[in-house]
Amino acid sequence: MIYKSIRYVSLTIFALLIIIPSAIVVLGSSKTDAEVYNKPLALPESWNLNNFRFLFEVSNVGRSFMNSVIVTGFSVTITLVLASMCAFAISRMITVTGKILFSLFAVGLAIPGQVNLVPIFILFNDLQLTNKLSGIVLINVVTTLPISVFILTAFFRELPKEMYEASEVDGATPFRVYRSIALPLSRPAMGATAIFLFVITWNELLFPLLLITDNDKRTLPLTLLSFRGEFFSNYSMIFTAVLVASIPMVAMYLLMQRSFISGLTAGAVKG
Amino acid sequence: MGLPAAVLFGLFYFVPFIANLRYSLTKWDRITEPEFVGVRNFVNLLTNDDLFYKVLGNNLRFTFLVVLFQTLFSLIFALFLVKNTRANIALRTLFFFPTILSSVSVGMIWLFMYDPNFGAVNLFFTRLGLENFALNWLGSEGSALYAIAFTQVWFHTGQMMVIYIAGLQQIPQELYESAEMDGASRWQQFRNVTWPMSIPTTIVVMAYTTIQSFRAFDLIFSMTQGGPNNSTNIFAVLIYQTVFSELRIGYAATQSIFFILVLVLVTVLQRRFLSSRYEK
Repeated sequence: MIYKSIRYVSLTIFALLIIIPSAIVVLGSSKTDAEVYNKPLALPESWNLNNFRFLFEVSNVGRSFMNSVIVTGFSVTITLVLASMCAFAISRMITVTGKILFSLFAVGLAIPGQVNLVPIFILFNDLQLTNKLSGIVLINVVTTLPISVFILTAFFRELPKEMYEASEVDGATPFRVYRSIALPLSRPAMGATAIFLFVITWNELLFPLLLITDNDKRTLPLTLLSFRGEFFSNYSMIFTAVLVASIPMVAMYLLMQRSFISGLTAGAVKG
Repeated sequence: MGLPAAVLFGLFYFVPFIANLRYSLTKWDRITEPEFVGVRNFVNLLTNDDLFYKVLGNNLRFTFLVVLFQTLFSLIFALFLVKNTRANIALRTLFFFPTILSSVSVGMIWLFMYDPNFGAVNLFFTRLGLENFALNWLGSEGSALYAIAFTQVWFHTGQMMVIYIAGLQQIPQELYESAEMDGASRWQQFRNVTWPMSIPTTIVVMAYTTIQSFRAFDLIFSMTQGGPNNSTNIFAVLIYQTVFSELRIGYAATQSIFFILVLVLVTVLQRRFLSSRYEK
């Protein structure tokens, strides 16, 4: 009895803690600023897209959105290709090389790439990779490689050895075995890793903040951050921008909850 | 075939890592030439830098609070929602939801929630007649770090809960059945079956939460930028400020080295502590 009421009350509280802020944001995107402040939870006086229209007119949100799409698309694809090749190699090598390779990425997992912010800032300036989307893609790939290699190695190791051996006897090159056997079988693991990478890359702030000063090259989190200064405390605008930045992830989450949840937890468990 | 990934990672992770060690021995503002100063930065940092100790304290406090409460709450919610009923699955989906948002979005949302005049948090306390709790949450030194820690826990509890649920569902049902036959209460079942059986999951959850809390740069930077009066400043924010506001590259590099040392130390100690529990 006591257990049941504690359970009920705590689940309700946490549910409300998530629903209320989300509702404030969604409702706020149709409100004027005064409405947001005075009646944050009331329905807007009229449902409209005025805030969206205004936001896209006065700010760089459209441009930033495209930048984020480009950066995320390239980062995720490149990481997946490189990490899956590397993970395949590690899982097929019984030699010392495989172990060394694996422990290199293990270091990167224990000590995240973020600790390198000083030397990366210097290096990217020297290489003139600042204010370039390609620079952001490069550093994203480097920081997400360790976790991706880990998830995929764990998966490749579980595949039955006979699958590879049969084709090796037939004289297939390692790359061929990777392409025609390992990759098709690893679709679920690749999917989970891709989702994990999508979310963290889309939301990444630190390195873009470090490497981008040009307004036209900003990714969404950077633009969103700049609104704090630009619109000061104009929360109807800020909430509209939060909504624009979150819509792709929310839409994907609603469409494929299961893969999202398993993808984002694989990242934690395998890491 | 592992070569491209290894080369890229070597060039942009390990090479900068070594370069960072070199920078830490210099005084450099990126305008004039770097000047070799030996271990002066290290000495300064340890003996003559109150801010460094403040940040170290903040970082440890923040990590401790987040790890403690995030682990606790995620375990409790996992216990509540472990059965695969339709309602439970719906709640899991809801609780997991904040995880997919960006730190900046979460920061903006909670900036409004904590607003001293209009925020929902103070509105709630005032309505309940608890005006004493209606604080300037992010604006005062005493409460800002706690307010952000709460936001961080709100942000990722659902993700850790899902990991716990996966772990709890692995526990053989027979253990509970025999405990029930022995007349064990719900608490005894938790104490003697669930808790010991879920320690491996706890290790994963705590390790991940620890790294996550050290990486809370995005959230803190979008909410308070380390203020007021550095009360929410943690390592990553400090290093960023030393590079950009003070242009002290060498010193920032030294701070990074201590950042790494603290991170590694916390992780190792935690793992030791938990695995000793596990072996018992």
